[in-house]
Amino acid sequence: MKHAEMTPMERVLTTLSHKEPDRVPLFLMLTMHGAKELGLSIKEYFSKAENVAEGQKRLQKKYTSDCYYPFFYAPIEVEAFGAEVIYSEDGPPNSGLPVINNISDIKKLEAPRVENTKVLHKVLKSIEILKAESKGNLPIIGVAMSPFSLPVMQLGFEKYLELMHYHLDLFEHLMKINMAFCIDWANAQLAAGATAICYFDPVSSTTIVPKELYYKTGFQVAKQTIAKINGPTATHFASGNCLTLSGLLLQTGTAVVGVSAQENISELKQAFKNKLSVLGNLNGIEMRRWTKEEATNIVKGVIEKAASGGGFILADNHGEIPFQVKDETLLAIKEAVKKYGTYPIQKVQA
Amino acid sequence: MERLQSTSVQLEHALLSLDQEAAIQIVREAQGNNSPDIIAGELISSTLMRIGDSWELGNLSLSQVYMSGIICEKVIDKILPPQSPIRKSQPKMAIAVLEDFHLLGKRIIYSTLRASGFELVDLGGGLSIERLIDIVKAEDIKILLLSVLMLSSALRVKELKTQLHNSDVTIVVGGAPFRFDEQLWKEVNADYYGKDSSEALQIVQKIMGDRL
Ligand code: B12
Repeated sequence: MKHAEMTPMERVLTTLSHKEPDRVPLFLMLTMHGAKELGLSIKEYFSKAENVAEGQKRLQKKYTSDCYYPFFYAPIEVEAFGAEVIYSEDGPPNSGLPVINNISDIKKLEAPRVENTKVLHKVLKSIEILKAESKGNLPIIGVAMSPFSLPVMQLGFEKYLELMHYHLDLFEHLMKINMAFCIDWANAQLAAGATAICYFDPVSSTTIVPKELYYKTGFQVAKQTIAKINGPTATHFASGNCLTLSGLLLQTGTAVVGVSAQENISELKQAFKNKLSVLGNLNGIEMRRWTKEEATNIVKGVIEKAASGGGFILADNHGEIPFQVKDETLLAIKEAVKKYGTYPIQKVQA
Repeated sequence: MERLQSTSVQLEHALLSLDQEAAIQIVREAQGNNSPDIIAGELISSTLMRIGDSWELGNLSLSQVYMSGIICEKVIDKILPPQSPIRKSQPKMAIAVLEDFHLLGKRIIYSTLRASGFELVDLGGGLSIERLIDIVKAEDIKILLLSVLMLSSALRVKELKTQLHNSDVTIVVGGAPFRFDEQLWKEVNADYYGKDSSEALQIVQKIMGDRL
């Protein structure tokens, strides 16, 4: 049976309810490419809500992505805490020196209130502009760093590992502050018009901490935080591994999981089937040198392995496609989804 | 040798339980029968290599690799101080983070190498190509280990290599972008690429051997 063409919103909602839509939804998670579209430097581009909203509109039209993704950059959240951000001409903005120099300073730390933090307002405004544009037909994906992953940028990774292992009371205190901030920030984006929140939590991946430690830390934080976010969440491991966490992830209340190209997509799909939707898992770094043929074949392969039965959104595996990825590769991905992603999926006989 | 192997298993257990006291005790006992360079170059290095390999296989996580390296570095500094003549410090070796500011990968490699009996200079992070070249020349660095986290930084290695064209500096790269695109190190003309701390150690052992 051929489905009538759905709107991106219908397509995404159908797959999230573990049913097959008209075709595989595609989330092309492009951030810096908007600057290219507008002929601006990355720094200039992210300085204004209007730029990012316009960039997202143009990118969505060009590649028929099934969402708007007004994500600025992860360090914007430590900017809210008073840290500096370092811009690059051809890469994402990075966090500068940590705001917390001594672990004991955590006691004095206060969570910024979103309503009083100017730097965050440009994100909210871009969401509002896109909301008006989308007329409810296109999901708008907001972004919040998990309270458990944010400290890498607040303290530096080494100090954070020390904190997590040896200073549990201060660790707990920091989690409380970050949870208050994360909930406030996620809910402000939902109130501005975001459809769902991408909860970035790579420190919880088994690439970074063992499952037992995750159970005591990142998992508890995720459960409590996600429960207070007033909308659906997608937990994203930013290309860190998560297959062995599948049982626990389910209990965090999240709806979607962003998975890595370094784990097997068939196994991931199997582990999450009918429970959580899988988002992924194209390798964005490798994508930089894919030919059109490679892009087509890889997309086709992932779709064949993971799309049946719904519960699947095709995307890159990090939640941000590198600036260096060429437009023609992105166009090849778009075409391949149209060609091979129409349900029911035709599987090549083995 | 067999004895050292079983000691290594005990040490691994102590490290993964973050039990520094037990690690010190195990190394102290091994010292009875072995010289400090055997302790560092065989006992500790083989233990850390297994831990590095286990991360690669997905059986351990980076926090465990990091904590193990830090503990071993502390333990070994007691029996093999930085200025010890037994430490392998020639040809001169350094480690740096090119362009970006993510220091954990560098820290893991640095402590793994030091705990295994090598001595190297830590040049820090956020270094531009120009600055790095100045330091390499001034300090007469022969083996340069580079850690990066951002793709844009990884791509800069190519220019660094071009600018160091006429020198005999060996460049070893590592970090997430190289792990996600295993052809990238060749594209940027690096001499070696190591996936993890275990490979970093093996590569340095090889280069040191070749250069002697
Ligand atoms: C955890 C994580 C985060 C955390 C913490 C990051 C941090 N360190 O600051 C948070 C949530 C903060 C984060 C944020 C971002 N991240 Co991030 N993140 C990750 C993740 C999952 C792990 C990174 C990490 O710190 N690992 C720990 C280190 C120690 O691992 P490692 O570098 O791989 O090192 C090992 C080996 O590579 C090797 N090695 C390392 N150096 C060397 C050197 C030599 C000589 C040798 C031989 C070996 C070697 O040994 C080490 C241990 O065995 C990776 C994806 C992944 N699966 O790796 C993405 C990743 C690093 N992130 C990425 C990006 C882009 C970002 C952001 C810029 C996104 C944005 N637009 O805002 C931000 C900004 C970060 C910042 N600090 O400013 C990209 C970078 C590549 C790129 N696309 O350019 C990655 C690779 C994801 C991807 N697949 O694209 N991230």
